[in-house]
Amino acid sequence: MRTIHVDDIKDTVARLCWEACYYLPFDILDSFKKAEQREVSPLGKSILNQLIENAEVAATEHMPYCHDTGLAVVYVEVGQEVYLTGGSFQESIHAGVRKGYQEGFLRKSVVGDPLLRVNTNDNTPAVIHTEIVPGDQVKITLLPKGGGSENMSAMKFLLPGEGVEGVKKFVIETIEAAGGKACPPVIVGVGIGGSFDKVTAIAKEAILREVGVHHHETHIAELEKELLEEINKTGIGPQGLGGVNTALWVAVETYACHITALPVAVNIQCHAARKKSAVI
Amino acid sequence: MAEYYWETPLTDEQIHQLRIGDQVYLTGIIYMARDAAHKRMVELLEQREPLPVDLRQQIIFYAGPCPPKPGQIIGPTAPTTAYRMDPYAPAMFAYGVKGTIGKGPRREIVKEACKTYGAVSFAAIGGLSAILSKCIKVVEIVAYEDLGPEAIRKLEVVNFPVLVAYDADGQDLYEQEIQKYRR
Repeated sequence: MRTIHVDDIKDTVARLCWEACYYLPFDILDSFKKAEQREVSPLGKSILNQLIENAEVAATEHMPYCHDTGLAVVYVEVGQEVYLTGGSFQESIHAGVRKGYQEGFLRKSVVGDPLLRVNTNDNTPAVIHTEIVPGDQVKITLLPKGGGSENMSAMKFLLPGEGVEGVKKFVIETIEAAGGKACPPVIVGVGIGGSFDKVTAIAKEAILREVGVHHHETHIAELEKELLEEINKTGIGPQGLGGVNTALWVAVETYACHITALPVAVNIQCHAARKKSAVI
Repeated sequence: MAEYYWETPLTDEQIHQLRIGDQVYLTGIIYMARDAAHKRMVELLEQREPLPVDLRQQIIFYAGPCPPKPGQIIGPTAPTTAYRMDPYAPAMFAYGVKGTIGKGPRREIVKEACKTYGAVSFAAIGGLSAILSKCIKVVEIVAYEDLGPEAIRKLEVVNFPVLVAYDADGQDLYEQEIQKYRR
């Protein structure tokens, strides 16, 4: 057994909050540059150049790339040989988010009750996904999820017979409906299979995958390529102001499902595609 | 597509001169308000009560900033998604607001309201927060401080870049541009 104090988890979460918000990941920045090369719309090209510049300013000056520093979605993989000590594991993550958003000067974008809508003023609670895995380490991944693109995400149960064509149709419909509202160019996470809850969970996990890395199964990798091509034919473009870069990347994750079902979920990630991991 | 460097508040003549795709660099006072502040303001308008700030002839920037770091005037700021304010926009234009700044396409009711009341809906780049915040020189919370990032702020901006997305003739930049690249 390896002992890890929950304060280490808190401090790591806090650091990941601001690091994720200040420094856009390399794969995302690289995809902006490639998109800028491909873009045919002068307005679209200008927007992409400004996004690249914005990322550079944010990183140099250690400030958030986007003012919507999101709802903190935290993925924790806890090694089964880890003994957590010093307090509540769940509370240490909330405390880390509280500290990270306060000390990092990040926007507090959470209301405590969805109907009463009073801001909690510390960006808690976080949404926490915990998995027990082999080993003696704790891996934490922070996904500060912006609201504009999250609002445009969608889930549907297709008929099993609708198959891959049905999946493609639903993804394109979701992207068309989102248009410029989701802050394109976007990363599209698609979940296929599982249950009502699982399909949305894997769609969100998909947006964490590195841009440029396809699914290991050939038919899913093919689907990712076809979807990206189709999405970029919509003309929506950067900011919905026209162009050939509506999406920077499409990642699909799948899971086994019931014989009656073909659930599909589309989680849209705006261009502020922030993610940051650390291992304790 | 024209380019203008204009001081706020804009006159009715200036508003009617604008066409979709025009780039405008705004200098002067604009006001920041988003979802929760709009809900309160439109309730006041419906009860024929005065607003906490006189917004007639003014431009509203749909946004909620990050807190400033020590030494900063304002934290990172960029427009939020405009369509969430669509239900409130006609009432605000009827009251006398002349322009809004947001991101993303809006509904038919907003296009109609721009025509009816002689107003424009501008677009700024969503998420361009590090850069856009540098155009903001003075910030003052003027109403609804309890709303935190959603409080109404009075901003003094210099050369704040916006595009005309919907003009007072009811034209739509999003629709026009997307059609050019759809295959």
